[in-house]
Amino acid sequence: MTAPRDKLGRPVVVVTGMGIMTSLGAGKADNWAKLVAGESGIRTITRFPIDGLKTTMAGTVDFVSVDPFSSTALSERMAELVTQEALEQAGIGAKADFPGPLFLAVAPVEVEWPQRRELGRAVGQLDITYDDLLRISGGGKYSAYHHRFMFGSVAASLAETFGTKGSPISLSTACASGATSIQLGVEAIRRGETDAALCVATDGTVNPEALVRFSLLSALSTQNDPPQAASRPFSKNRDGFVMAEGAGALVLESYEAATARGAKILGVIAGCGELTDSFHRTRSSPDGKPIIGCMNKTLADAGMTPDQIDHINAHGTSTPENDKMEFNTTSAVFGELAQKIPVTSNKSMVGHTISAAGAVEAIFSLLTLEHQRIPPTINYETPDPTILFNVVGNKARDARVTAVMSNSFGFGGQNASLILTREPA
Amino acid sequence: MTDTPASKPGQTEVWITGIGLATSLGEGLDANWAALQEKRINVDEKGFAPYIVHPLMPVAFDSQIPKKGDQRQMEAWQRIGTYAAGLALDSAGIKGNKDILSKIDMVVAAGGGERDLNVDSGVLTAEAKGANAPGFLNERLMSDLRPTLFLAQLSNLLAGNIAIVHGLGGTSRTFMGEEVAGADAVRIALARIASGESDIALVGGSHNGERKDLLVLYEFGDFNLKDKFAPVWARKDHAGFALGSAGAFLVLESKAHAEARGAKPFARLSSVVADLAKRKRPGDMAATLEKLWAKLPKRDGKGAIITGATGAEPATSEERGFLKSHADFPVRSTGTVFGHAMETQFPLGIALAALSISRGALFPPNDSTGTEIEMQGAPTQIVVVGAGHWRGEGMALVEAV
Repeated sequence: MTAPRDKLGRPVVVVTGMGIMTSLGAGKADNWAKLVAGESGIRTITRFPIDGLKTTMAGTVDFVSVDPFSSTALSERMAELVTQEALEQAGIGAKADFPGPLFLAVAPVEVEWPQRRELGRAVGQLDITYDDLLRISGGGKYSAYHHRFMFGSVAASLAETFGTKGSPISLSTACASGATSIQLGVEAIRRGETDAALCVATDGTVNPEALVRFSLLSALSTQNDPPQAASRPFSKNRDGFVMAEGAGALVLESYEAATARGAKILGVIAGCGELTDSFHRTRSSPDGKPIIGCMNKTLADAGMTPDQIDHINAHGTSTPENDKMEFNTTSAVFGELAQKIPVTSNKSMVGHTISAAGAVEAIFSLLTLEHQRIPPTINYETPDPTILFNVVGNKARDARVTAVMSNSFGFGGQNASLILTREPA
Repeated sequence: MTDTPASKPGQTEVWITGIGLATSLGEGLDANWAALQEKRINVDEKGFAPYIVHPLMPVAFDSQIPKKGDQRQMEAWQRIGTYAAGLALDSAGIKGNKDILSKIDMVVAAGGGERDLNVDSGVLTAEAKGANAPGFLNERLMSDLRPTLFLAQLSNLLAGNIAIVHGLGGTSRTFMGEEVAGADAVRIALARIASGESDIALVGGSHNGERKDLLVLYEFGDFNLKDKFAPVWARKDHAGFALGSAGAFLVLESKAHAEARGAKPFARLSSVVADLAKRKRPGDMAATLEKLWAKLPKRDGKGAIITGATGAEPATSEERGFLKSHADFPVRSTGTVFGHAMETQFPLGIALAALSISRGALFPPNDSTGTEIEMQGAPTQIVVVGAGHWRGEGMALVEAV
């Protein structure tokens, strides 16, 4: 028998529906099967020419098509598909009538090169300036591009399709966005504003400029051949992350509301925490204090101690700095347990789904709790001797898992952690 | 259902204890207030002709962003915001207060994406002249984009820069989604303080309206005001918004937290509500505004309305209809005076509401159509309205403490 309120007297927040899409495939069943089998979704990019690029592979979602193509349209379509999956599982509300708000993690929206080139061609002269583009942009011919490239366009579309209530929030906390969308939903339920929230995170931004941007910041792996071996978290020869696409959706409900309607409870969001790092735009504070503080806040929010965590779903990007920093900070929080608790990085297989990663990995964490099996960190051939995590290397591992910590750290000093459990504490 | 409950039992009273403004009228509260009294409007009708913009009044960025290296890492929209955020912290008396800044929560409403116009037009020109190798775009972007430009484009890097420059170490969330993102940022910050999740928050946004890439985006929908400036209410047959450059930040604080440190409030933030009207039929948006109006706490004081109406149609006509049914409330349009600062317009409206209440007078009308009327005496309740040019509606109630 479990109480509907947590140790701090707040409504317990449970998950009753999940939907997922990554470069491995669509849906929970397909993703989980491939994830525990150690398959990689990373491949050589075919969506656009790769000539002249240092990094030529990514975890693209090529099996979903949108027309006309844009990264924002792909993000929207993936978000729709994962939301459908989550709502079918949750069986909540009615068609196009979800009884709560939408919190959407989405990559910043911008006019993209295919559209910019279309404008350039329409100018019809050899020298093209922004004044020329401006001259031909009006008159209604391109009004669809205004609607498409509003920052709020994906959320507005989802809100209409699924009938979420109130003003949908589009958010970005960089690579922590997915975790932030869940946190906003948890907070709204805990405050008693709603019994249910739809938390969605999506990222379909493998396009030339996005790839170049990360490349110019030296953030990406350049180990292009074979692409499946590029993402190697916690390995000595890791050299950057692999961009990837994907989406995740979670239906959150108060425990009371979920049990009242007889919903199957898939897991509990026991704790959330976030803490800003003001050290640098792309690097963590060398002392790791903000990340340490973030993990400690999350434990406190869940009312738990480090010894109650029996699995860590790491941020594990495969960049030289992140993985080292993550071990050091985890050690500061967990002490010797940091070397005993099984740790894995889903990014070894699906790549870094950026804005979606926090939600994608929260869902994988919940599936880990459900199946009592930890997916592997593949490409773990040459362990980094300074990272003493108990990495679940290369092969999935059966384990008793009752509480998972999932971490997300992003540019701009964004740190967010979640603790997911099977049952209310 | 997703509204911030106003003064529910057990909810903490939330005060506005700091305001930072950097706008086309100037920086700081006194300069903006003086310009409002003098009915000054700063528009540039030539620099982006035929488009009209409200340019930022030049500010000494060094005074809030002392390191040149930090300034170089930002594009204009981030500099404006980081500057205005510093002014808000100064105004609240917490600048450099490590105890408070280490825990302050931040919610920022941001766009982003400021382009390097030379790179874009260089690529398009070369392609027009025949460059068509498959990797042409890749190679040009790899060689022409400044590596740090990405960081000046990312939406959440306004918050990141504020944290770095002013030493903020609490939480940081960035909301996107044009006008209503500003309302949602304030709504969530208020909800978190009112429920006790947070004691103090920095909330706001910034916008650079002097951008041709943004003009292109809004020109797609024929939303830009062209050729001739007119007040928002006088644009019905010449619709559109004039983009404005502005940074507006607020420090929100629980009454108890403010009192403990001896901080004085400008005003109380009682409620923020927001919604997404379908806007498929005439009247949809006005109906949503009426719904939000009804959700605000009782208005029995001396009231006024400050709106961020854009001048774009049909949204502005819908809003005019809504305002007519509340004609006993004197109205002021921030769009006429400051231009349209998108995500920043709603925090700007709240800032001006709090300033008007604290100075004991609503600023004078600036309108040729009679929509804005004089107000005698000190306002005690000001409703801030923010209806997006395309999507999203928000409303807030600011009250005298």
